[in-house]
Amino acid sequence: MDIQEVVSDRVGSRGDAAAPPLALEVEHLSFSYSERRALDDVTFAVKAGEIFGFLGPNGGGKTTLFRILSTLAASASGTARVFGHDLAGNTMAVRRRLGVVFQHPSLDQKLTVAENLAHHGRLFGITGTRLHERSRLMLERLSLTDRANDVVETLSGGLKRRVELAKAMLHEPELLILDEPSTGLDPAARREFHSALAELRAANRVTIVLTTHDMEEAGQCDRIAILHRGRMVAIGAPGELKARVGGDVIVIRAAAPETFSRKLAERFSVSGTIVDGTVRVEHPRGHALVAEMVDALGGEIDSVTFGKPTLEDVFIHLTGDRFFAGAPDSAS
Amino acid sequence: MSIVPVQAATLWWREITRFRRQRSVIIGSLVQPLIFWVLIGWGFRASFKPSGMPAGIDYVQYFYPGVIMLVLLFTAIFATIQTVEDRQAGFLQGVLVAPISRATVILGQALGGTTLALAQGLIFLALAPLAGIALSLSAIVTTAMMMALIAFALTSIGLTIAWRIESTRGFHLIMNSILVPIWFLSGAFFPANGAPSWLAWVMRINPLTYQMAALRKGLYLAYPAAAIGALPPFSLSIPVSIGFAIVAFAVASRVASRTSAV
Repeated sequence: MDIQEVVSDRVGSRGDAAAPPLALEVEHLSFSYSERRALDDVTFAVKAGEIFGFLGPNGGGKTTLFRILSTLAASASGTARVFGHDLAGNTMAVRRRLGVVFQHPSLDQKLTVAENLAHHGRLFGITGTRLHERSRLMLERLSLTDRANDVVETLSGGLKRRVELAKAMLHEPELLILDEPSTGLDPAARREFHSALAELRAANRVTIVLTTHDMEEAGQCDRIAILHRGRMVAIGAPGELKARVGGDVIVIRAAAPETFSRKLAERFSVSGTIVDGTVRVEHPRGHALVAEMVDALGGEIDSVTFGKPTLEDVFIHLTGDRFFAGAPDSAS
Repeated sequence: MSIVPVQAATLWWREITRFRRQRSVIIGSLVQPLIFWVLIGWGFRASFKPSGMPAGIDYVQYFYPGVIMLVLLFTAIFATIQTVEDRQAGFLQGVLVAPISRATVILGQALGGTTLALAQGLIFLALAPLAGIALSLSAIVTTAMMMALIAFALTSIGLTIAWRIESTRGFHLIMNSILVPIWFLSGAFFPANGAPSWLAWVMRINPLTYQMAALRKGLYLAYPAAAIGALPPFSLSIPVSIGFAIVAFAVASRVASRTSAV
């Protein structure tokens, strides 16, 4: 450890001892690609030990945010601090504390699992017995021990993702960031990956920040922030956010959604919004409304779905946009 | 603390390990120069006598060190194409989030390319008797040192291009339209002192000319000066070669530091 780092470590641990340290503090972060503003004045903080998710459709700004946090995108305006270390000013100190799992594979396909881990460890200055010990432990935690000598290109997608996780955790990062970690995994591999992540978190006390467009994955986070067109539109625990939607959510598929919406307003004085060709109503007593509605307007209804609000409903409620809007998603 | 930090050493190790698992690349970067040498060397032997070529040396012999240089060049190109592929495959992003400077990354990559080129060059050096060149131990050692120096510079140039270029196709294009002509005008193919004066001037400012001279002198260490022809002396060619290698490395490091990433 060099002197500069010792000094910055002290500076980093400022503040009163009682408050739990912040793993990540982001203030007024903005980023533009030549013309398009990809991230617009985003401010949030993640407490140590949290699992924090960024939920948003593709193009919402998640990947840009991830690139900035991973220290790979320069020239963002605003500040970001990882455990008190400024991302732009003290990049090396941040990198030592950061584990990164990219959306695209970062493993050498021609090397074995063990060789990939060893290479990664040495890049972080870890050698000898400690490297051996850390590799062994990570392989064990992620149930990869019997795969240690397999060449990566021969592994399945789910296994490769677990190796990525083992690699990212090898140097004992305090903050683990993951970009769309479950994209491209089948449901079984996704479940395995999530349980591996939960185990790692319990064993290593690591803070986890991930981006996702998967509602289920977002629902498993302690807190989430919703990104829409580069802006953060909400932040909170999934349950809290769902509670912001007024009661139940009813979605009616009708041949003429506009007419149907007008009739709803006239007869029941509820306002529906039209999202993606369906009429969407939020109502505190949804079940009663559904019954009355089917009685009165049954002939015009193709189908009705009714339920407690999901995170997708939260997104629609907040933005008036459907979640999977726009161009078909090529990344997933 | 060793001379080369472990972070660079592991990048070096990875290049070597990968290369060893790709037999076709090993063979490819040897076979092409070999074909050049056989076809051009023996083909031109009888008819092609460039003026300024030392007496008592035939074209197969004259061309031989030039072909060694070509082996170094091709291996350096192959090795640095790896960087373009690493970025496309996503491997590079994992390296770039490690707490190391870009100069360290370049050092590891350059040493990897240098080692591979040196190994290929040494394999080719074993063919010297076929060219009728008798090698002494001191000639082998001197030649090997020159080869390492040249390979480091060429790999650094390759890396400079590789960090800036998007595709492997673009990389091939640039290498073929810049590096191969520079090799052509290094005295590898014909001596400078027989060339028209404008061409001789181009060759005189070409850093590869000095690398070529150092390599040729090393190889013919046991031979009398007359057998080598008029070449810059070691006292000029070695400092220029070292200086060129340092500048090439510095440029590659700077380019890598300024490239925002993936």
